[in-house]
Amino acid sequence: MIQALAFYLFATLVVLSGVMVITAKNPVHSVLWLILSFFNAAGLMILVGAEFIAMLLVIVYVGAVAVLFLFVVMMLDIDFATLRAGFIKNFPLGIAIALVLLAELVLGIGAGRAGALKLGTPDAATAPLAGASNIEAIGTLLYTRYLFLFEASGMILLVAMLGAIVLTHRKRPGVRGQNISHQIARRPDEATVNQRPEVGAGVKL
Amino acid sequence: MIGIEHYVVVSSILFVLGVLGIFLNRKNVIVILMAIELILLAVNLNLVAFSAFLHDLVGQIFAMFVLTVAAGEAAIGLAILVIYFRRRGSIAVDDANHMKG
Repeated sequence: MIQALAFYLFATLVVLSGVMVITAKNPVHSVLWLILSFFNAAGLMILVGAEFIAMLLVIVYVGAVAVLFLFVVMMLDIDFATLRAGFIKNFPLGIAIALVLLAELVLGIGAGRAGALKLGTPDAATAPLAGASNIEAIGTLLYTRYLFLFEASGMILLVAMLGAIVLTHRKRPGVRGQNISHQIARRPDEATVNQRPEVGAGVKL
Repeated sequence: MIGIEHYVVVSSILFVLGVLGIFLNRKNVIVILMAIELILLAVNLNLVAFSAFLHDLVGQIFAMFVLTVAAGEAAIGLAILVIYFRRRGSIAVDDANHMKG
């Protein structure tokens, strides 16, 4: 009972905040609604016992990606009113395509319920370990059977990080930075020396 | 009792909302990227729900990889957005016609 109530609460909130993401006037509000929908989706995942993915969703999406979106939205000085010009014009076409897509999905779900589709049978090797927590079961599978995929996803993240740095890095002209090789190659006899000669003695060159 | 159909319905609604968001905000690249994130969230929800109801952990592992790729995609997409804005002073999709493709 309480599970059904929680499901309907999270499901309603995730759909409503999804609607607000795509219809909000201000992209900053869009990002905030996106954060809310991620939180509610994480709640839905917790309800079926996938705590690890739910926590990952909150940490990675809310903690990193949504903040990145917020940062970019606030950093760029954009006139968002002009970007919304086609909103009303595109509305009928968008709704029509969305309804067609939704009808197809509902047809698929109906066919699945009627027994026309056969769901794949689970692999016994990848069933959750009995008595182990969700994260322990995932770790056992991830670090043995899917180790190479795990490392490949690490490479993807590395390439994404390098790509983002290389793309957005810019060299400003006219900045007087530190020239380390020049500093190391400096010799004492070409340096400027601070001297305080006696009165009347003159400067020794 | 909540079954798999409930989860599939929620995730398909979320998916359709993402597609609708791409159509409605055709000029604003930032909102298009957010709509793509919504679509990926729907896919992840579906994967996790099937994984839980079929007692097969591969769905959750695959959802993790989807999450990884989505994070990389958001980083690269926003980096491209920033350098594009720096050059053109606008992020309207209609202005992105330099390659005449």
